[in-house]
Amino acid sequence: MSSSGSSPAVRRLELIVVAVVAVLLIVVLPLLNAQGLISNFTLSLWGKYLCYALLAISVDLLWGYTGLLSLGQALFFTLGGYMHGMYLMRMIGELGQYKKPIPDFLVFLGWERLPAFWEPFSSFPFALAMVFLVPGLLAYVFGFLAFRSRIKGVYFSILTQALTYAASIMFFRNNLLLGGNNGFTDFKFILGHSLADPATSRALYIASAVTLLLAYLFCRWLSRTKFGLVQQAIRDGENRVLFSGYATMHFKLFIFVVAALIAAVGGALYTPQVGIINPGEMQADKSLEAVVWVAVGGRGTLLGPILGAISINALKSWATRAYPDLWLIILGGLFILVVLFLPGGLVSIPARLKALWKKLRREPEPPPASSTQPAQPVSAKS
Amino acid sequence: MPHPLLSVEDVSKTYDGFKAITNLNFYLYEGELRTVIGPNGAGKSTFFDLITGRAKPDTGKLDFGTDPLTSQDLTRLNEFEINRLGIGRKFQTPSVYTEHSVWDNLVLSLKGPRGVFASLFHRLSSTDRDRLDAILRTVRLDAKRSWKAGLLAHGEKQWLEIGMLLAQDPKVLLVDEPAAGMTDDETDRTGELLLSLAGKHSLIVIEHDMAFVKQIARNGEVTVLHQGTVLCEGKFDEVQSNPKVREVYLGRGKHGTR
Repeated sequence: MSSSGSSPAVRRLELIVVAVVAVLLIVVLPLLNAQGLISNFTLSLWGKYLCYALLAISVDLLWGYTGLLSLGQALFFTLGGYMHGMYLMRMIGELGQYKKPIPDFLVFLGWERLPAFWEPFSSFPFALAMVFLVPGLLAYVFGFLAFRSRIKGVYFSILTQALTYAASIMFFRNNLLLGGNNGFTDFKFILGHSLADPATSRALYIASAVTLLLAYLFCRWLSRTKFGLVQQAIRDGENRVLFSGYATMHFKLFIFVVAALIAAVGGALYTPQVGIINPGEMQADKSLEAVVWVAVGGRGTLLGPILGAISINALKSWATRAYPDLWLIILGGLFILVVLFLPGGLVSIPARLKALWKKLRREPEPPPASSTQPAQPVSAKS
Repeated sequence: MPHPLLSVEDVSKTYDGFKAITNLNFYLYEGELRTVIGPNGAGKSTFFDLITGRAKPDTGKLDFGTDPLTSQDLTRLNEFEINRLGIGRKFQTPSVYTEHSVWDNLVLSLKGPRGVFASLFHRLSSTDRDRLDAILRTVRLDAKRSWKAGLLAHGEKQWLEIGMLLAQDPKVLLVDEPAAGMTDDETDRTGELLLSLAGKHSLIVIEHDMAFVKQIARNGEVTVLHQGTVLCEGKFDEVQSNPKVREVYLGRGKHGTR
């Protein structure tokens, strides 16, 4: 399951696939859009999928690689979205419905002047810093308390789910002054460029694709370091790691914060492309959905969550239009099918086909793990 | 008499009213190989739990170090801090990282910095590689270094875990039933390996298999635990012929045939 166990040949193949897909997503797709061969709608839809892929990587880093099933990752995604959204709200200026220099919902709530904590969000660098700081700090505090108390397994999952549920209730309230249940929308400008301009959407899409590639490369590097080994060892036998002198709490805390940051960046890129961010995005089911993407794509792999997030959301875009009432049933059914018949997820299909092919041709089984030396199937007794 | 490396004094531990360990006194000296035997429920595994920080004693003292001025109070430390002092533990059921290769299992165990950032930028030196190669030969897993540990036979997993313990290079090795699930030949080799470690390291070995105990206790002493306390201590033959031991441990009393 772990990528550290796959052979160098497989890893090289994976890198070639990634390079080809990266060129397609980062260069070819935007070029086709600029030529008018792909609609702006389709491109922004893909931009959304790529943001969700960042959320999926975040889930997998915890669940697939560390054995921590977080059912609250969408919270960090949404917080990143809100922090960027606050900047975008300030950039509307006086072009809102009420033609006031403060966001419409504040006018509606009877505010005359901007609340103090909104002030610095007129600065993009400040908002960008907050995109990392707010979700990162929350992950640090929550992770510190949870891991110090040695909360594990299903209890950890329930707590993360409770955290995102509690946060969504808080964000639904108007007096938090973050737009209540409508959240933020009607964005006009980003860094001086109109969001209505296709070139801006294209730039945002490219930024999402590049960020996803960087996140992938970072995780790939991480999984091959000794940290990655410790992380996966915690998943497979935390006690052994603890009794080998590792403060497992510090490792879990580090990866929990890193995962939150990756999700937050995804959310920050999501807000301007989708044009709205509201507390619905941090409701409990959103995090569960992200777990399904990872399970379907292939848990404990790097490409699996990306593939899962893109394919399920593409399916969702189609199904919610074609069969709006059936979508949840399709999603649930897909999850059950994968768990029962394809536990390795979509990414395990090539290896399965290969194994089937070998079986049909009656080729001998390869040694169980990659090996530069011939491994002997029986123990070497002297 | 030198100062003991590990002193356990008047230690008691109760779980929900059950007295797992009662007024236990135990001293381990540097370089010693001590075998601990006792019937089921005698508190052997709890004893290891208390030394390694998995459980905290209700009362009593646990001190580690031959110098009384610098010795450490183990009751104040947690699992990874105790391990870092040089106390390594092999669990009763083999506990290896099943998804990692044999080699990576050893890399993770190798003595060295244990922090998050040290792990991010860690590289194996050639000395490290030589050490791991030597350990692989010692535990006879040289040919299976790139195998997934989960695919090893039970006895091989036991050996891998012993190898992981060696990689930590601890002062004290706590070894819980190393021969469980091994063939006679493997058991014998395990015994010789443990004997070869004594002197350089100090060892406490918990074991059930009497033939194995006889083998590894040929130079050292045997401690018999019964109802959470030390029943007697001495050479294997003395212990074996002790009537109290025969009564409680063999459960046959004076009607026993041994």
